[in-house]
Amino acid sequence: MAKVPVQFTLNGSEKAEFVESGTTLLHALRDKIGDTSPKGGCHQGTCGACSVIVDGELRLSCLTLAETCSDADIRTTAGLAEGGVLQPLQRAFLDAFATQCGFCTPGMIMAAKVLLDRTPNPSREDVVEALSGNICRCTGYEPIIQAVLTAARANSQNAA
Amino acid sequence: MSLALQTFSSVKDANAALQAAGTRYLGGGTLVVRAANEGDVSVSSLVRVTDPGLSRIAVSGGKVRLGAAVTMAAIARHPELAALAPAARAVGGPAIRNMATVGGNLFAPAPYGDFAVALLALGATVVTEDSEMPIEAFFAARDGSRAIVTGANVALPGTDCFRFLKVSRVKPKGVSVLSIAALLQRAPDGTVTSTRIAMGCMADRPIRALATEKALLGCKLTPREIAPALAVAGEGIAPITDPIASAWYRAEVLPVYLGRLLSN
Repeated sequence: MAKVPVQFTLNGSEKAEFVESGTTLLHALRDKIGDTSPKGGCHQGTCGACSVIVDGELRLSCLTLAETCSDADIRTTAGLAEGGVLQPLQRAFLDAFATQCGFCTPGMIMAAKVLLDRTPNPSREDVVEALSGNICRCTGYEPIIQAVLTAARANSQNAA
Repeated sequence: MSLALQTFSSVKDANAALQAAGTRYLGGGTLVVRAANEGDVSVSSLVRVTDPGLSRIAVSGGKVRLGAAVTMAAIARHPELAALAPAARAVGGPAIRNMATVGGNLFAPAPYGDFAVALLALGATVVTEDSEMPIEAFFAARDGSRAIVTGANVALPGTDCFRFLKVSRVKPKGVSVLSIAALLQRAPDGTVTSTRIAMGCMADRPIRALATEKALLGCKLTPREIAPALAVAGEGIAPITDPIASAWYRAEVLPVYLGRLLSN
């Protein structure tokens, strides 16, 4: 199978790679570029563990072909912390014990980030809706919801 | 498994490429990439079109033209498509809605394709490069279709005329047990004068509830008056069985949810 070039911005850095035609974005990120923060869970669009942000929109990298992301701005959980300092959203997940096995966490955080970027003061219902495409088998969801609400409050206080 | 992806700027060129065996059209990827990930060896090559016109929403004179690449998220947030928003929001979580398209929904096998149920109730027409056909005709010929769908034309329903319900076991979002869309025109006294009701999961693709539609004519939407219509809701259905629910279960609960939708 012929290889095709893919080029995009990943967490602010230009990336270029050759991949086999039909390679998923998840595969390209994890196995070609080395960003293992998006997780391969179901590969069916059901679990949300592979969620990344493409041009500001939440997408499932397991169902997105890398070739369709040329010149896109891609954000993953690996790019959130700056200088080793976690963002409030990440800190809130730790503090609220919203991550247990951790497999769903990068996808949850990406889904929550899109929500908070657009809705800085979300209601509980907003959070539940935003996370409705992400499955967690450990926490029972409540700590995750509380973490997102806590991060929203922290962001509001910092902005005030 | 490797997939060869061919990208075209025009539907015409893509239509020609789509005639090759093993070739499928790539819209949002939620169906065809999913199939490839699952090991569907019948998919060996993908075709996509980058024409921005396929992502256009055009509202005019009470009608809307939805490009085939319009996503569920785009419909849900469009200020003039409030009537369609509940059906668009019923599809998946936020990431899926950013990817799933109108065109893909028309081809989605049950239990998927909730938005297509709404399109059927609204009497949409399905547009390809050289034809426009009623959605019923499209569904009837869907399996043998090799023409790329470019969009759907829909008459937007008036306020309170259109109702949509998706039933799933996982809250707030899950795969359909069933979905129902109802377009109801009523006289000032509340009597139903015309109706189109569509159901999802009651066959391998959306179907009309023709017997129920007929029985509803002349009725007011009270529990007593709609009872005969609910009694015939199962006519012509062949519900799917999947891990979400058996055909028997779906048939049993259909009149219950249909009754709730109609009498609310």
